[in-house]
Amino acid sequence: MKNKPVTIYVGTRKGAFIYRGDATRKKWTLNGPHFLGQVINHLVPDPRDPKVVLVAAKPGHLGPSLFRSLDGGKTWKEATKPPAFPQGHPDSVKQVFCLQPGLRERKGEWWAGTAPHGIFTSTDNGDTWESLKGFNEHPMRPKWRGEPENSPPDDPNTHSIVLDPRDPKHLYAGFSIGGVFESRDGGADWKPLNKGVAVTFSPEPDPEYGHDPHCVKIHPANPDRLYQQNHCGIYRIDRPSETWERIGRNMPKEIGDIGFPIVPHPSDPDTAWVFPMDGTEVWPRTSPGGRPAAYVTRNAGKTWKRQDKGLPKSQAWLTVKRQAFTCDTADPVGLYFGTTSGELWASRNEGEKWECIAAHLPHICSMETR
Amino acid sequence: MTVVHVPAPLHSYTKHCAEVQADGSTLALLLDDLDRRYPGLRFRVVDEHGRIRPTILFYVNGQVTRTLDQVVAAADEVHIIAALSGG
Repeated sequence: MKNKPVTIYVGTRKGAFIYRGDATRKKWTLNGPHFLGQVINHLVPDPRDPKVVLVAAKPGHLGPSLFRSLDGGKTWKEATKPPAFPQGHPDSVKQVFCLQPGLRERKGEWWAGTAPHGIFTSTDNGDTWESLKGFNEHPMRPKWRGEPENSPPDDPNTHSIVLDPRDPKHLYAGFSIGGVFESRDGGADWKPLNKGVAVTFSPEPDPEYGHDPHCVKIHPANPDRLYQQNHCGIYRIDRPSETWERIGRNMPKEIGDIGFPIVPHPSDPDTAWVFPMDGTEVWPRTSPGGRPAAYVTRNAGKTWKRQDKGLPKSQAWLTVKRQAFTCDTADPVGLYFGTTSGELWASRNEGEKWECIAAHLPHICSMETR
Repeated sequence: MTVVHVPAPLHSYTKHCAEVQADGSTLALLLDDLDRRYPGLRFRVVDEHGRIRPTILFYVNGQVTRTLDQVVAAADEVHIIAALSGG
């Protein structure tokens, strides 16, 4: 089967960059920067409509906003009603952190996650946004959110909004310092789903919530399976089980199972990739030992294989953030990660070999492909 | 009409004008009018609950004000100042 051309959408702390590739994924043409100087937390193409791209932006010290393109990234317009909490709510939106297109059959629908914790929806391709009352005004939200003074310096993020492709009423969300939550009624009510997940930073050994997922993904080919990279390890859950299994225990001890992103294979439910970070002592959050590598499991987490061919062999202290590792749907699958030091790395063969396809970019926050 | 000095980060809203004019007897009403003339500008400096964003300062005739209830006259001069940062 002939592969389609791939485009990589890169969000950085100083703007957005779009790399258009050909079907061989060997040649890349840069389009950008767009929004130079603005923090671009997430730049997301619409898988349902090639003309639609949404951007979660924060221009310096001004309030957060959201831009959208209806012509494939040629021109941009600000949302006329960006995500904002309703009157009387104790919080205000500081950042739009993640964007999630709705299900295939719900064209125009988008979801947004914010800092502090909040979920917002749009049904007009991101022009106007409504607060999801079922979460944002849930009576338990103040407890799920935690104490603001105990929050991470950049505010706790709503980083994962996960839709079940079989059922528009079934969704999950992942919150830093909050945990994973599930809704079975389209977001009207939510329940914690954190059993089995370690919490090493709390006096309570097995709390119902207050966990720190970094990235939660549903498997597109088996939506009963979710993978999670957490502050305290790598996990898998196979629904209807209510308990996460720590598959990161099978990672090499000297590497550990700390990191930020996790990438499921687009068609093989047993395959997923992580990019480990040093989570020892004061949490350097750099490649362990200065030797960067992805790790892949081909058996749902029973074993992991190191993938470092083409990456620097030493003194490379890369950091890869939770939204900065992604894949395409070509055969073999292409993988792409961006570093906070502004390098963009790609593999055309499922991680067997890596090459740096761009450097000298600003701090990379996110990567998506179409 | 009141003269409003707009910082560079907001110039994309004001068609790249550093100085604009707007009507309003209070800072809040002045901002409403500014937002009508330059859609989207208000939310960048005031949050959804009408609170001045922590990294924004308003000056009326050279005096800093922390409230949008501040009375403004047509002859007054308003400065919007955005925080600076390095790196």
